[in-house]
Amino acid sequence: MDIGTGAASAGSMADDPAVVCAGLRKCYGEGATAVHALRGVDLTVQRGELLMLVGPSGCGKTTLISVMAGILDPTEGNCRILGQDMTTLAPRPRAAFRARSIGFVFQAYNLNPALTAAENVSVPLRICGAPLREAMRKAEAALDLVGLGDKAESAPGDLSGGQQQRVAIARALVHQPQLIVCDEPTSALDHANGQRVMELLRRVGTVDGRALVIVTHDARIFEFADRIAELDDGRVTRVGTPAALAGPLEGAAGLHGGDPGAKPDGDNHGDRPPAHVGHEEHQAPPGGNGAGTSARMPRCCTD
Amino acid sequence: MYQIALKMLLANRGKYLGMVLSLAFTSLIMTQQPAVFASILTRTYGLIDDIAIADIWVMDPQAQSVDESKAMPDTRLSLVRSVSGVEWAVPLHKGQLKVRLPDGNTVGCGLIGVDDVSLIGAPGVMRSGSMADLRMSDAVVVDAEGASKRLAVQTDHGLRPLAVGDGLEVNDRRAVVVGVANATPTFQSQPILYTTFSRVKVFNKSERKVMSFVLVKAQPGQDHRALAARIASETGLNALTADDFRARTLKHFIKRTAIIMHFGTTILMSFCIGAVVTGLMFHNFTQDALRHFGVLKAMGTDDRTLLLMILSQALLVAGTGFGIGVGMAMIMGNLPGDPMGMRLSPLILAVGGGAVLSITLVSAALSIRQVLRLEPAVVFKQ
Repeated sequence: MDIGTGAASAGSMADDPAVVCAGLRKCYGEGATAVHALRGVDLTVQRGELLMLVGPSGCGKTTLISVMAGILDPTEGNCRILGQDMTTLAPRPRAAFRARSIGFVFQAYNLNPALTAAENVSVPLRICGAPLREAMRKAEAALDLVGLGDKAESAPGDLSGGQQQRVAIARALVHQPQLIVCDEPTSALDHANGQRVMELLRRVGTVDGRALVIVTHDARIFEFADRIAELDDGRVTRVGTPAALAGPLEGAAGLHGGDPGAKPDGDNHGDRPPAHVGHEEHQAPPGGNGAGTSARMPRCCTD
Repeated sequence: MYQIALKMLLANRGKYLGMVLSLAFTSLIMTQQPAVFASILTRTYGLIDDIAIADIWVMDPQAQSVDESKAMPDTRLSLVRSVSGVEWAVPLHKGQLKVRLPDGNTVGCGLIGVDDVSLIGAPGVMRSGSMADLRMSDAVVVDAEGASKRLAVQTDHGLRPLAVGDGLEVNDRRAVVVGVANATPTFQSQPILYTTFSRVKVFNKSERKVMSFVLVKAQPGQDHRALAARIASETGLNALTADDFRARTLKHFIKRTAIIMHFGTTILMSFCIGAVVTGLMFHNFTQDALRHFGVLKAMGTDDRTLLLMILSQALLVAGTGFGIGVGMAMIMGNLPGDPMGMRLSPLILAVGGGAVLSITLVSAALSIRQVLRLEPAVVFKQ
């Protein structure tokens, strides 16, 4: 399966971000019982970048990632995904856009137990209307890519947690989307499997200008990110490289204090002083040896 | 995508089988019961169908059906023959009597007395013997079902069907079986004896009038209804075409018995039970699979495709259940010794299929509602 050979130039990717969130607000309910999940989020995800969203439970990570994936509308603000404002699309074109352009990796894998591994991987292609034979061929190639070529006919129940997540990654990649959204991809896995999954995502998730957004609590995988955006109470409080935000992020509790790191994109809230590793950091193109990035060596995914 | 939907359905074996069996039961009742009912109804006017050669049936004005006639004087026959447009007219007796078998058992039978000369009114297909032998002295022909069941003779080796050559005692008169014929069984599953009209008077010496009906053949080109009206007005009797008499017999039967209520109640109950069970199971099945539908929605499956996926699941369940149910109904209808039989017509199949389909579509609609209202963001929750 062709996953691309290299990133686009830094300049062009910076000019054409994958996701641009401006002033996002999301409110559930009304009146006294209303829940303000997002309180004005400004965030940009560059093409070819691996961005992690971290923060305590209930800080709005899942809501933000749902808006970024085009499956939830904000109450206020705007989110352009791959240049498209999803709120202007009718339901059917919106679904078609998601089918073509976005891949999903879920915390609970969400593989269909009625289908084999290859059939699960083929689903995004079949949603796009690909003929069955072609979809299955590409699915098998995607499974080869994630090191599970011999498990094409296996049922999800016969696979380990790590293998199931790799099948889910293959499913997220098979239709060559430009944005992949991952919700806690390692939380159900042990450390070793979690590392393997992240190495795989790092290796194949951001090639050819593909953006990867990962929601996580797992501090052990922060090192894989190009940037980390920390959320708290519906706001982005800090954005920076893992090295820049190291220490306060340990345990992914989203602790305040310590080195505040970079401010979020266009953040007008709060009164924190601008960080010395802010602006260039979170505008830096991905995949290169940008200042402040932690050791991030491409590793081969092994069984 | 439909293949995915069907795999999801078949993977949940318990619920799939539950839905299929529920619809199979409903289909069985909704086809078998109307088929039995149709068979019963057919028996009520079986004699009219057996004597298909007669275009018009003439009877006493008080006669309500083919089973409830009032005997007329023989002179009425000449009156009917005198009406213009009548090709021929022959008498027919329909009554009851008791028959003593060779083994000494007594059985109540129906008696049909046919025209001595033409034998019009006798069944057309003989299993054994010859209808022409009915003109012989003391001759009777029995119907095949009666001969093999109620009129079966007890021997040292068990029961054997009544056969040609066997002797009977009819109202203390001797009778000899000269033939066994195929005839439509009666509603009461009573054996039928056929004899000549003149011999009826011998068997029923106490009755002065024995002519129950006059069978009429219209001349070519005659309008049957018009001729029947003319016969009625010129003779003072009631004259009906075969079709009208059949309808009248049926109407009388339905009005006088509660049979339609009993069958209708059974059919309605099976429909309701099938609807509830299938609806609940389909709803639960979709509930179990809701997360996977949510994943499909998140990945970009539109509502129309999801709707068609659920419909394809519903149609598979409906088709399988209906097929099994109708198959079971047909097996039941062909069981040996079945007294009532079944008439499984295309109309009954269509109505039964329509009922099963409506149950399935309503069940699917309830499930579709869940899926269409599902927020795809739910897949991000654990």
